[in-house]
Amino acid sequence: MGAASLLVLIFAGIAFAGGGISIALLFVKGSKNSQKGEAYECGIPTKGSPWNQFHVGYYLFALIFLIFDVELVFMYPWAVVVKKVGMMALVEIVIFFFILFMGFLYAHKKGALKWM
Amino acid sequence: MFSLEGLTNFIHEWLNGHLPATFALLAEFVLVGVAAIGLFAVLGLGLVWMERKVAAVIQIRLGPNRIGPKGIFQTSADTVKLIMKESLTPANADKFLFNLAPFVVIIVAMLILVPIAFAKAFQIWDINIGVLYVTAVSSLSVIGILMAGWSSGNKYSLLGAMRSGAQIVSYELSAGLSIITIIVLTGSLKISDIVASQENGWWIFKAHIPAIIAFVIFIIAATAETNRAPFDLAEAESELTAGFHTEYGGMKFALFFLSEYINIFIVCAIGATLFLGGWMPFHVGHWAAFNHIMDYIPSSIWFFGKTIFLIFVIMWFRWTFPRLRVDQLLNLEWKYLLPISMFNVLLMTLVAIMGWHF
Repeated sequence: MGAASLLVLIFAGIAFAGGGISIALLFVKGSKNSQKGEAYECGIPTKGSPWNQFHVGYYLFALIFLIFDVELVFMYPWAVVVKKVGMMALVEIVIFFFILFMGFLYAHKKGALKWM
Repeated sequence: MFSLEGLTNFIHEWLNGHLPATFALLAEFVLVGVAAIGLFAVLGLGLVWMERKVAAVIQIRLGPNRIGPKGIFQTSADTVKLIMKESLTPANADKFLFNLAPFVVIIVAMLILVPIAFAKAFQIWDINIGVLYVTAVSSLSVIGILMAGWSSGNKYSLLGAMRSGAQIVSYELSAGLSIITIIVLTGSLKISDIVASQENGWWIFKAHIPAIIAFVIFIIAATAETNRAPFDLAEAESELTAGFHTEYGGMKFALFFLSEYINIFIVCAIGATLFLGGWMPFHVGHWAAFNHIMDYIPSSIWFFGKTIFLIFVIMWFRWTFPRLRVDQLLNLEWKYLLPISMFNVLLMTLVAIMGWHF
């Protein structure tokens, strides 16, 4: 169908989600109550902002993920032609993986993969 | 009778024969949109029912059995209930992002449907980078989840979203590497080429041990990417109430719930296409008579059968393994699955170059 199908499906998604939510709006009888707007936590009033600091470990994993994901994208074109190129492609990817793995070992040694 | 083969071609020709070209194209667009929405509704209702029934069978109880035969309309009744519920927006939420997040999640789930081959010659668009497209678009769903968790203005939601993000991006690597092990063999990213290359046997049987290792890693990564137990830390009930969708109620919650099941379906469909031959019937090498008998079963039944089998396996996991801790989860990916799948790619390359596969 071609690239237009992407647009069609985006509209279908908007229609599906928007349709569901607006049908629900027709049936709902809302009531006003100040306690309804509170966060669903444990009953007593919440303390502090919900947007506070969180563990730095997530950031480290995100960085390592970024490196590996870019390498992964490089590997797709390699994987398509590897059968035609033959043994040379295997040698090259071994060198590529060796360098990548050294970086991975360095991150591991530095403790970036350790969840404290 | 149940075959979808050639249905698209028939509709295309019929529309072009009876309508001007522009209207025929518009009619096709509407049909595709309606078909996608219909698939969403049917899959959502069907898979939730299946999940509850599978859980019931494993725990030796009856499961839903009141509404309709074997309780098959239970999920429809649940949907009606969810429509009647008020969906609140918390007072200190980021209202725009909070309401946008369900749309993002649903649109992303819709977009992944594009290159999937549901039956022989039954595909929305056969993109030449099909598999790469699927991996790229499926990782967009993280944005919807982070959006929902961050904008809720709730600490549980934020923690759940962060965990979910870390988990999905981590397991994407080994899922991607196990996809690449199959690409090495097929030499094409197009879904139709990948299915056609399995005409004389599925890759999981043809390509020896590396394919089996890749399949196991793919199933583990798929379970983690869809936030399913034993990797359901993002919505660990005992710790985070419901994770990133704690604050959502009514229809907005239903949309998140639905997109979760749609994502399971899509991941299993990709697994079935890559390793189990997609819509390709079970063929064995040169056994012409046997292959001919297998061809009598329509291709759509093969595809949905394989996909539902993989979904069943993932549901089975949920009642078999206990939930992991977050450090165990990340250790499993970074210290075991990633090195194993990197080595597995090299092994598969050797197998492919030496021609040791069938």
